Amino acid sequence: MAFLSQFFAVYGSLVNFIGINALLALSLYVTLSAGQLSLGNAAFAGIGAYTAGILTMRFHMPYAISVAAGAGLAAVIALLIGLPVLRIRGIFLAMATLAFGEVVRIAAVNLDITGGAQGLVGIPNKTTTCTIYGVLAATAYFLAVLRGSKVGWSLAAIREDETAAMALGINTARYKTLAFVLGAFIAGIAGAIYAHLNFIITPGEFGFSAAVQLLIYNIVGGMQSVYGPMLGAFILTALPEVLRGVSLSAGPLRLGINGVILLLVILYLPNGLISFLKGPNRVSRI
Amino acid sequence: MFLEFEKISRSYGGVRALWEVSFGVEAATIHGIIGPNGSGKTTLINVVSGLAGPDSGRLLLEGREVHRLPAHRIAALGVARTFQNIRLFSNMTCLENVIAGQHLTAQRALVPRLLRLPSARLEERRCRADALACLSSVGIESRAEALAGSLSYGERRRLEIARAMALRPRLLLLDEPIAGMRQQEIDEMEALFRSLAEAGVTILLIEHNMPFMMRLCSRITVLHFGQTVTTGAPQQVCAHPEVIEAYLGVEGR
Repeated sequence: MAFLSQFFAVYGSLVNFIGINALLALSLYVTLSAGQLSLGNAAFAGIGAYTAGILTMRFHMPYAISVAAGAGLAAVIALLIGLPVLRIRGIFLAMATLAFGEVVRIAAVNLDITGGAQGLVGIPNKTTTCTIYGVLAATAYFLAVLRGSKVGWSLAAIREDETAAMALGINTARYKTLAFVLGAFIAGIAGAIYAHLNFIITPGEFGFSAAVQLLIYNIVGGMQSVYGPMLGAFILTALPEVLRGVSLSAGPLRLGINGVILLLVILYLPNGLISFLKGPNRVSRI
Repeated sequence: MFLEFEKISRSYGGVRALWEVSFGVEAATIHGIIGPNGSGKTTLINVVSGLAGPDSGRLLLEGREVHRLPAHRIAALGVARTFQNIRLFSNMTCLENVIAGQHLTAQRALVPRLLRLPSARLEERRCRADALACLSSVGIESRAEALAGSLSYGERRRLEIARAMALRPRLLLLDEPIAGMRQQEIDEMEALFRSLAEAGVTILLIEHNMPFMMRLCSRITVLHFGQTVTTGAPQQVCAHPEVIEAYLGVEGR
């Protein structure tokens, strides 16, 4: 027990960040499972974070309502972007969400209600480690079950061949939009509980590099099952701390190691690190 | 008529792929489409399946206008197809390909699965059995767990037919289904198509293998430069002077 409490005193915030990042990785995983690349999930997390933070601070809303409202607003905005963009095939979603991410960041810097470049300061600390991992477990279970459902099979078919999917009766525009909106919703939850973890949120945390980081979690971990993105988030979030332990603390060096890992995975493990562990076979699931 | 083309036209850029094509397909028969390369056969299948809407003309399925419907709505009316250039989900196993093809015929609802209800497990077992039955009807049930990308050419064609059958189609569109198959496989497909037609499925079939078409089709439509040359019984069509001209050319012109 003494060891555990000491561990949490030192690494508690790292454990929390791993959980949040795993949740964010899962938010992108949903969208990727339909073959769609969203570079807006960090911005959706930002929308969730600012919405929930403002509701709690200015309007004294209960925690659960703030979180739900943050996730809901992220989902509604995703729907507004997705409806026109996802009717077209190709990389338009990546381009539109890339631009959208910048719009959100610049809005957060310039608006008064978001606290500008200094960020939103003084958000009550209401998120516990239990909340984070409870939400993460529920989300992972939901997405694992979703895989074997009609929605999951439709998304997989769209990812593999959109034309063939249409010929099988799949309304591809609708299912792509669903995957995108669900991803934004999960990102919104992650952002909202993150806001209540950290006392302060700043616009820069939800920018382009954060969006790419989510993609890297998915590539490094693998997208064959829900465990891959979580594994990727765990390894890449914990790694800097591990390296710090062996006194490799220089920032640029850590980024370099992240890059090397990413390259090695892409070259030698196209299905991600999860392919080391035999993942659950989708067909054997109910 | 089960399926009726009324003056269907479709252009790609300046190329008239189809020009005022009109003919009818009778229910529960095998109707062949032949014609030289580039005569518009695949475009015709794309029009029926909703992947390429016609520029003008009407397409009637059991008397109902369907030419303005998107592909997924046409599939929902019981129209399934295969592709000339084979479009399988190559990172999935054979069984998974057919399961993905059950979009319109299986529920796989989310909530009973989240609650782990016995009904969800029963339904999944039933759908699995249906999918395996589709695989065995084309004779590749032993490859159920093999990745689609690892199959031989003939097996891929057969898997595509199995996936189309998972939709339980009333109209099956086959674009060169036996291309690249061995004679034994061809004979198996012939028997399969016959039994499907006997079970009430209407089949619209593109194929270059003339002996196969002569044996199988009750009627054949000949396309040439996007226009219908003739429609009729196989013997009649083969003796038609314009068909001979389209395939062999005319002497002394």
